[in-house]
Amino acid sequence: MSAFWFRRLWQTVLTLLTMLTLMFFMFRMLPGDPMATVISPALYPKAQETLRIQFGLDKPLWEQYFVYLKNLAVFDFGLSFHTGRPVADEISGRLLNTILLVFPSMIAAYGLGALVGAIVGWRRGSKIETVLVFLSTSLQSAPVFWLSMLAILFFSIRLDLFPIGHIVSPGMFPEENWRMYFSADFLHHLALPFMVNTLYQFCFPFLLMRSSILATVGEDYIELAKMKGLTDRRVLYHHAMRNSLLPLATTLPMTLGWAVAGSVVIETVFSWPGLGLLMVEAVGRSDYPVVQAAFLLIAVLTVAGTLIADLLYTLLDPRIVNE
Amino acid sequence: MNTLMTFLRITWKSTSGRISLSIFGACLVLAVIGPWIAPYSPSDRLYDDAGKLLRLSPPTWDNLLGTTVLGRDVFSQMLWGARTAMLVGLLTALGTVVIGLNFGLIAGYFGGRIDAILMRITDILLGLPFLPFIIVLLSLTDRNIWTIILAMTFVMWRSTARIVRAEVMSLRQRQFVASARTTGASDVDILYREIAPNVMPLAVTSITFALAWAIITEASIGFLGFGDPNVFSWGSIIYDAYASQMMYRAPWWVVPPGVAIMVLVTSVYFMGRAYEEVINPRLQERM
Repeated sequence: MSAFWFRRLWQTVLTLLTMLTLMFFMFRMLPGDPMATVISPALYPKAQETLRIQFGLDKPLWEQYFVYLKNLAVFDFGLSFHTGRPVADEISGRLLNTILLVFPSMIAAYGLGALVGAIVGWRRGSKIETVLVFLSTSLQSAPVFWLSMLAILFFSIRLDLFPIGHIVSPGMFPEENWRMYFSADFLHHLALPFMVNTLYQFCFPFLLMRSSILATVGEDYIELAKMKGLTDRRVLYHHAMRNSLLPLATTLPMTLGWAVAGSVVIETVFSWPGLGLLMVEAVGRSDYPVVQAAFLLIAVLTVAGTLIADLLYTLLDPRIVNE
Repeated sequence: MNTLMTFLRITWKSTSGRISLSIFGACLVLAVIGPWIAPYSPSDRLYDDAGKLLRLSPPTWDNLLGTTVLGRDVFSQMLWGARTAMLVGLLTALGTVVIGLNFGLIAGYFGGRIDAILMRITDILLGLPFLPFIIVLLSLTDRNIWTIILAMTFVMWRSTARIVRAEVMSLRQRQFVASARTTGASDVDILYREIAPNVMPLAVTSITFALAWAIITEASIGFLGFGDPNVFSWGSIIYDAYASQMMYRAPWWVVPPGVAIMVLVTSVYFMGRAYEEVINPRLQERM
């Protein structure tokens, strides 16, 4: 058991390390020259040389790589090209914003998907089933940025129910601090992206739960529960649903990680100051230290999701570790 | 080719399969002939009879879907966009399945060290955040449609390889593999003549997923402003509308490309499902 966990953890570390390395060399080997934004080719060669030494770029690549790793180990991501402030400061609040946007809506989507999927799967062949399958698939097929724009068009502009974007009203919290997250204003801003993302993500858990319930319908323990004279509802909620939740529980962390990666788009539409928006903006400004750090954090969340998914799986279904 | 015919035959059996195949076929035809039947060039700026630029004209008979803020015909842009969506979708799906299928076959069949190395690679790719990675890559290289296709293929084969590998691992224990071996068939023969045909259904299902994903991702890239500036895509039409801040005044500009993506991708998903229901008897029984 512990050997399995150890191996899995080691693989995760290896994955992250490879990704780090890939990133490092991608930024330095690909044709676009990121340093051109700080060391202007228009400068005197002498000045260029001085700057290069200052940034440590005169050293061989492998030496730069080790310095980079050493700095990362103490969460030093360097300075932003754009603001000149430490990247770690720029990025710390953004991570929380992304998590607050993505996690609640994913959990809501899974809760809703599990419930509706179970009911629909239990009474298979209904009209509602066909309609729901079609609707959820179409929602998932639409680009999420477009759905968001339609939602803004209808709910914010036509009905004036929600603000158009941002995390709080401008000027409400001049100094961004924790108090911001406990304000009604914050929840008001979160409401629309939350709803859009919940509906968008609903399809996967819904279909998964539906087929998972379908698979349990013929099982012996369900027949037994029915024979005991339990009500239909009790059989569904206490017997069938519990066992069918397994695939949902184990995929949740992984899809959470993917949703974080995909949140780039939704954050852009809603001007939500999360990691994804920061990354897109930083790419636009050629602020490469910020791009690198934001990408790494998103990657860490994705990889952590896969790891937790695996561990959950072994906890909930110990049968699979015996390989 | 054979697989394609089988796919069409099987999918055509169900109503949802017929509908989605027809929609997909129609899109494919539009993608091929679209640029010829487009009434205007997608980048032409149109003027009315009085010589005034047709800015944000609502739909008329001359401009079926109205015009953009620069006086360009939305309908013509949509037709060009269909070609982009299909090109990106089909090429990425094809690349994904060719790489994924081969990696899966080799890893699953040979096992051992080869398997371990190939699976570590897919592990790493599975941890790679898809969209952010492509954005970073595009920001460092040329923003053109081929880079987008290559970048997506580079990441997307990971899931196909995993699915195929799992299937191959169980197939290689079967009787027909052993009997092929006794007749003196080589590993390559067994792999590509005996095992590969049996994993084709899985490959086809993963093609449909890759196709759907590629179309949506290409649109997202276009929307984020990293698309090929020389190509009209449905995502970039939405981006133009968004960037001009006029989209709330011109629904004819922003609604059609979204609907097109939605209809096309939905049809792809249902095509895949219709096929799977017939192929996988277990699913059929439950339906």
